[in-house]
Amino acid sequence: MSITVNLPSVLAAHAGGVRSLQASGRTLGDAVADVAARYPALGPRLRDKDGNPYPFVVFYVNDEDVRFRGGFAAPVRDGDEVTVIPAIAGG
Amino acid sequence: MTSTTTPISSPASLSARPLRCRNCGAEHAAAPVSICEQCLGPLDPRYEPGRRLPDRKAIAARAPSLWRYREWLPFDGDPVLSLDTGFTPLVEAPALARRLGVARAWVKNDTVSHPSLSFKDRVVAVAVNAAAAFGLDTIGCASTGNLANAVAAHAARAGLKAWIFIPENLEMPKVIATTVYAPRMVRVRGTYDDVNRLCAQLADRFGWGIVNVNLRGYYGEGSKTVAYEIMEQLGWRLPTAVVAPMAGGSLVTKLRKGFGEFQDAGLVHGVLPRLYGAQPSGCAPIVRLVERGGTRIEPEVPDTICRSLAIGNPADGPFAARALLESGGWAAAVSDAELVQAIRFLAEDSGVFAETAGGVTAAAALALARAGRLRPDDEVVLCITGHGLKTVEAVGGALPQAPLIGPRLQEVAALVQPV
Repeated sequence: MSITVNLPSVLAAHAGGVRSLQASGRTLGDAVADVAARYPALGPRLRDKDGNPYPFVVFYVNDEDVRFRGGFAAPVRDGDEVTVIPAIAGG
Repeated sequence: MTSTTTPISSPASLSARPLRCRNCGAEHAAAPVSICEQCLGPLDPRYEPGRRLPDRKAIAARAPSLWRYREWLPFDGDPVLSLDTGFTPLVEAPALARRLGVARAWVKNDTVSHPSLSFKDRVVAVAVNAAAAFGLDTIGCASTGNLANAVAAHAARAGLKAWIFIPENLEMPKVIATTVYAPRMVRVRGTYDDVNRLCAQLADRFGWGIVNVNLRGYYGEGSKTVAYEIMEQLGWRLPTAVVAPMAGGSLVTKLRKGFGEFQDAGLVHGVLPRLYGAQPSGCAPIVRLVERGGTRIEPEVPDTICRSLAIGNPADGPFAARALLESGGWAAAVSDAELVQAIRFLAEDSGVFAETAGGVTAAAALALARAGRLRPDDEVVLCITGHGLKTVEAVGGALPQAPLIGPRLQEVAALVQPV
């Protein structure tokens, strides 16, 4: 199973400058854990010490905010694209 | 990073302040960056604690713009662009005070903000100077309309290029009042939150100065000037309560910061005002966080005619909820019907014609008064942030049609007769 994880440049700096990673897992949480295991500097920036997402880091699966799909429990499938975006203000 | 931005020379007299993470406290050099590289928290400008601050007399002698408070804005040196924005009227409205059952009421009237008729002129005036300080020649934004108007106008007068991204269903007056300045404007299929996410990726990719993304730390400071002006215009004192609209949630946090900064500087004395936030019930994630308690926003899919507050995923939401509660205030959500009614009574009571967000603010003030949260001895300021001509279709259908007559005296006389 291969899921693409797109990182903002501020996080790519902690993954050897790579902005797009491949990950595996049945849920978003699995995929994040897989990335965290392979890039130890990235892990604590993607989730807190309890394994939960930070309030100011938003994950999208195929353009959909995962908070509408169960957060880290959201299922992911082969070919899905996960995008990590620091939360930003509006206007 | 691919960049299409051609740096222009930075004005020698202007530099942006360095930054600090609001979440983890990590310090960052001044840069068009709004995200902490350590924890991804938001960055705020750092000010020199021992800097020389003006007194009331020195401030009062300065030109009537938001730059009269420049020591509390995130630059060293003199601003170079948008020097005439700010210092909008504070309008006392006795009829509104009677309606709310409070001692006195004022409208902070940013419907006449220069140049684009909303309080977004304040934040963009600051952001465009940040762009100048960083030598950027392109600014941009994700917008629900007012910010698009402001970015397009300020960019045009500064000679900067502008890329503006809006949801596809914005009110036509807001689209026209952007397009007329000839920016590159793009309509995006989806909600504002979709547009905002796209712009986060664009700022990362193209290196533009997207005012509410990578210039956000500087941009947001412009909102504090609403609080500064209220205090000065009240005769250097504090109101007891302030009601303000909430979209991304930044404004109420900056009001709290602004009132506190003038108290810290000894420019005003007394108790800081209770802050109340207003949202339409069709998109009220911050109100619901206040009511529910906790620290996490539950995002919503907006369903309201108040498109300027239709942000279902407000990044400053937790900070906004905390600011309201720490001030002793609260939040209220109102229906679309209530906001339309409130646009009318606000106009009748104060002479100020507000857009839908102003209707939300006025309706929320009335709801808070009826719930006993505004008190008979309160001195209340309503922050009315955008002009009613931007959203005329919201209220047009609710207004009576004028009688049509021939140009004859007796036809007018018939109308004048008591019924």
